[in-house]
Amino acid sequence: MRYLDEFNDPQLAGRLVEEIHATATRQWSIMEVCGGQTHSIIRHGIDQLISDQVELIHGPGCPVCVTPLELIDKALEIASRPGVIFCSFGDMLRVPGSESDLFRVKSAGGDVRVVYSPLDALKIAVENPDREVVFFGIGFETTAPPNAMTVYQAARRGVTNFSMLVSHVLVPPAIEAIMSAPNCRVEGFLAAGHVCSVMGTDQYPSLVERFGVPIVVTGFEPLDILEGIRRTVHQLEKGEAHLENAYGRAVPTEGNPAARKLLDEVFEVTDRGWRGIGTIPLSGWRLAPRYRQFDAEHRYDVGAIRPEESTVCRSGEVLQGHIKPHECEAFGGACTPRNPLGATMVSSEGACAAYYLYRRLGHQPRAHEVSGRV
Amino acid sequence: MCLAVPGKVTRIWRSDDSLMADVDFGGVLKEVCLEFVPDLQVGEYTIVHVGFALQRLDEESALETLALFAQMGELDLEFGDPWERAASEAGLPVDVVSKTEVRP
Amino acid sequence: MSDTAVDPAIWSCPLPLRDSPTVVMGHGGGGQLSAELVEHLFLPAFADGTAPALADSAVVTLGGARIAFSTDTYVVRPLFFPGGSIAELAVNGTINDLACSGATPAFLSCGFILEEGTELAVVGRVADAMGAAARAAGVRIVTGDTKVVDAGHGDQVYVNTAGIGLVPPGVDIRPDRAAVGDVVIVSGEIGVHGIAIMSVREGLGFGSQIVTDSAPLHGLVAAMLAVTPDLHALRDPTRGGLATTLNEIAGAAKVGVRMVEADVPVPSDVRNACALLGLDPFYVANEGKLVAFVPPEHAEAVLAAMRAHPLGAQAAVIGECVAEHPGMVVARTTFGATRVVDTPLGEQLPRIC
Repeated sequence: MRYLDEFNDPQLAGRLVEEIHATATRQWSIMEVCGGQTHSIIRHGIDQLISDQVELIHGPGCPVCVTPLELIDKALEIASRPGVIFCSFGDMLRVPGSESDLFRVKSAGGDVRVVYSPLDALKIAVENPDREVVFFGIGFETTAPPNAMTVYQAARRGVTNFSMLVSHVLVPPAIEAIMSAPNCRVEGFLAAGHVCSVMGTDQYPSLVERFGVPIVVTGFEPLDILEGIRRTVHQLEKGEAHLENAYGRAVPTEGNPAARKLLDEVFEVTDRGWRGIGTIPLSGWRLAPRYRQFDAEHRYDVGAIRPEESTVCRSGEVLQGHIKPHECEAFGGACTPRNPLGATMVSSEGACAAYYLYRRLGHQPRAHEVSGRV
Repeated sequence: MCLAVPGKVTRIWRSDDSLMADVDFGGVLKEVCLEFVPDLQVGEYTIVHVGFALQRLDEESALETLALFAQMGELDLEFGDPWERAASEAGLPVDVVSKTEVRP
Repeated sequence: MSDTAVDPAIWSCPLPLRDSPTVVMGHGGGGQLSAELVEHLFLPAFADGTAPALADSAVVTLGGARIAFSTDTYVVRPLFFPGGSIAELAVNGTINDLACSGATPAFLSCGFILEEGTELAVVGRVADAMGAAARAAGVRIVTGDTKVVDAGHGDQVYVNTAGIGLVPPGVDIRPDRAAVGDVVIVSGEIGVHGIAIMSVREGLGFGSQIVTDSAPLHGLVAAMLAVTPDLHALRDPTRGGLATTLNEIAGAAKVGVRMVEADVPVPSDVRNACALLGLDPFYVANEGKLVAFVPPEHAEAVLAAMRAHPLGAQAAVIGECVAEHPGMVVARTTFGATRVVDTPLGEQLPRIC
């Protein structure tokens, strides 16, 4: 497939790897923000190829991992109601709530459906006028325009049996929160390429300046990720910190103005809880007041939700890169992919699930990984 | 949150609600909403996320990037300093290696 | 014993529910939950002092003959999908379970559970297609049964097929016979059936020319056995895909499997459909394909025999059995790194992230 195969070329990857090897004089800690990037890294084993030069810290850019527990519990409550068709992206189906998850709700008789696009959920609503259709609208800035357009269209068409449970989160406040934490180890960032396709790159220079870290807008294919890492390492070796765009083919500086316009119309910024991390001010989007009738949180009085997170789970610390998965006491024992205590063990790109696989292969953490060095 | 895949626009049409396209992902066709990239033309490439085109793919930029990768390694072989590379691979800071000493 | 039908509208539950008092979708998933249901509920109930066989088909001795005996139930939705239907799956699926024991499939039974209100034309289509598939495979449907359940208590048509066939002397094909040094061969391109199903699944529909690869494999297996009767293990990688099958055999035989990603044949449109949905082809269901564990001294000849057969034209060596990491499947990625190819807990889901 064009624009995909070329950026998966193993030979070119080899050259990028060699370049990184040749450039780095020490190991650097770089965080990739996006879960999709984490997935690509683990899937292809990219981190193994440059492990001496770069420690990749998997960031909180995974909606599975950061959607607040309270919201998951609300989703489960709504999905359990008779008459409701609850639609969701596949990613969210296995995320554990306080006591259950969408799969169990389905097995108990809930009408839970996986969709590829929020428009499919709207279509289900139009085709089932006697049912209430709710769509779980999670994601970062990449998914927000599709979700916004779906609500916008529902409004224009006068659809009355459709609503969205919204939990959008924003990348720049997350970077800020991570860099502001006292034990932050991150020395450079790979910014999420597709988020920037929508939002552009103008939110990042201020972060570069404030925290003095290189930020490189990076794509998702192996060559894109290696290139993003290469440029970050170059900057770090030279003691520089600036914003670079390594994903120019999909990221113009201005992003997508049409998408941003609709986002301004349909959403408004709000404080958001990030599971495992806590509330980050002004770090999310919710539906604007004029679209309130499409807001599932207002439409359904879900009563008192008392979210109960596992007291043992330390996914928040993993998400921010403070600890490695195997440093958590529950790792591999009480907490495994089969018995996940937190979202990072459920998600295919969750750091804990990824680590679990490699640990079984006998991957021994290197000395510096356990020493808790700077 | 970012699984967006490149595809080629093969047909543009209008549904009741929006501008749509049939996008070809290497033999797999899917209907995609074009409202965010309305000036996309048939034959152009776009990245698609959850059924929506989010950006036009810039061919020139892609080719430049690939050319850059292709040149890597070659340039180093011709012009790079192999002693700097050896030092860095050994984990030594480059300026520790005295070039006058080790270079024949 | 395993349900080899792919039902994309019902996703299996991946979380362990040992303390759940009710059946959940995962129990039919063919993965860890299914295995537990068999091991902890059915096997103890059926125990009779003999060692239980856990392969897809059982090889029993009756009147001096070694007979392979297998059964499978098909609950696929939609009933009709690109290139086939529940009919082909029901006939070929059981034939393939028998073939993977090295048997020559001879006779099938079929049981229908029909939902009240289903159009007879639909049932007729299924029956016709089953007859055609059986005739094409040279296998006879000799007995059957039909029951009807109330409307709302079934999915139009459920089919069970059971089959028997003779196992030639000297043939002993079992998952636990896989041995260190064995060469792992796949009979053709993977990921086809699952993507064919996905393409018509509501909410995921996309247009493509991908049709199911459902096919009876006993002719291919016979060609392989003609090279040597000493094939160690065979399995058709149905639900859960190639990854699940490799893990099952690695676990049963307590060997490690080392494979090379780039050597696994995947059609480009399957690969692209997987990219679109965020799926890994290694976990996508197949139908008319098998994985073979072959002693190294025979591997080249077996591969040649497979490639000479129409259903094995794209057969490829994808890995080998090793003594390291017993029970685990490890792949070398296209970039030279290693990744563990784990058993999925449940059905692989499309993702956006």
